[in-house]
Amino acid sequence: MKLSYFPGCSLHGTAKEYGLSTSAVCQRLGLELIEIPDWNCCGASSGHSTNYLLAQALAARNLILAEKQGLDLVVSCAACFSRFKKTDIALKENAELNKKMEEIMGVPYKGGFEIRHLLDVICNTVGWDTIRKKVSNPLKDLRLVPYYGCVIVRPHEVTQFDDEEQPQAMDNLIEAIGAESLPWSDKTECCGASLSLTRVDIVKKIARDIIEMAKEAGAQAVVTACPLCQANLDMRYGEDGLPIFYFTELLGLALGIDGKSWLDRHITDPLPLLTSFNLVKRG
Amino acid sequence: MKVITITKAGEAEAVDTGFAELVQQKSGKELRQCYHCLKCSAGCPIAFAMDWIPNQIIRMVQLGLKERVLFSSTIWLCASCEVCTTRCPNEVDLPTIMDTLKEMAIRNGIKSQQAAIQTFHRVFLNCIREYGRIHEVSLLAFYKLLSLNPFEDMGLGMKMFRKGKLSLWPSRIQNVHELDAIFRVFADPKRSKT
Repeated sequence: MKLSYFPGCSLHGTAKEYGLSTSAVCQRLGLELIEIPDWNCCGASSGHSTNYLLAQALAARNLILAEKQGLDLVVSCAACFSRFKKTDIALKENAELNKKMEEIMGVPYKGGFEIRHLLDVICNTVGWDTIRKKVSNPLKDLRLVPYYGCVIVRPHEVTQFDDEEQPQAMDNLIEAIGAESLPWSDKTECCGASLSLTRVDIVKKIARDIIEMAKEAGAQAVVTACPLCQANLDMRYGEDGLPIFYFTELLGLALGIDGKSWLDRHITDPLPLLTSFNLVKRG
Repeated sequence: MKVITITKAGEAEAVDTGFAELVQQKSGKELRQCYHCLKCSAGCPIAFAMDWIPNQIIRMVQLGLKERVLFSSTIWLCASCEVCTTRCPNEVDLPTIMDTLKEMAIRNGIKSQQAAIQTFHRVFLNCIREYGRIHEVSLLAFYKLLSLNPFEDMGLGMKMFRKGKLSLWPSRIQNVHELDAIFRVFADPKRSKT
């Protein structure tokens, strides 16, 4: 299956491990990702916080480029995903915005394709049955908490994915790869990433609260589906944190892919945990 | 968090009676139905750090307390995590309203107590205009310098560099002129005061 792919800025930088594991896993699952040529930053918080129309326009350029590919679009980052879903709605409702974008890009936006988060595609299009069949290295006995964060599932009218308060997709994925998914309190709490560089004090408290709750639930690691959540929880807790994985990293290990190239990049080293479960080779 | 006391006529602060209407018009979102059940504020992950909790901002907009709202830290601290939107029984879209308020504060030339956050947004958008994408090293360096806090996070930055998470040199997208056109059309036109 072919899909348009928007990795977003983080996957080329702080979240390289997400980018590498996504490519490896999708290849193994038969998903061919065609990166949108010459994509730009979606504008993120700084766009929508300061200038509504500019924010829509920055996201719109990517949607127009994606439409040219004639495929459904898959997005890895929760924030980019949310921006695109909102701009897709805005472009269909706001003819003037669409016209101005047409003047810049040469073509209007019609939006005849779906915009989906990578977690949604892997869980609902590839599906549990296929994943279970392909698992060669089940992550047996590993106790994990799924962490969805904010805008992958919220608000439902925009995301069209899973439940807003009690999502299950990642829980089921964790079970499908042989690990144990623990119930816990903070699966849809926000990590505060938009303040990560500007209000370190606030973000440290939020990250601490979330990881404390994960520990209290008995988790050995946290699983995320967003580069901002992962970076924030991995960097802002301090010593004695839990390993924070992308779901693609663990799925890759379960599918028997050697994850050395991405597992080395974490701030909180996940290798001691994984080697103690014989999930990666020592050394 | 503070308690608003409405004093006798003449002693109360300036009220802009058209403010609620203006915010609704600019955001395209209704806010008059809010009956202050506090679900938004109870769920808000940042409420503990705000000067006014989210429903208080809505109340002050309803009352026309424009200055207090536009000078507040709250509008800049909102993380747009959408918990409030999801739980509001009256479908008040707080994050969009917070964005409108920030935009109004900028257009009114208000420098809030959260000036560093405003600086961050400016540096972030400049980075997009220059390269088309975010180059994290440039973003970090410019922001930390401009916010006069150059050493905050330096240790973390070094650690990230050693882990291969940061590329030293930015790369520019091919058609960066299209982004320049976007900024010229949507961000540069002379802005009317609101």
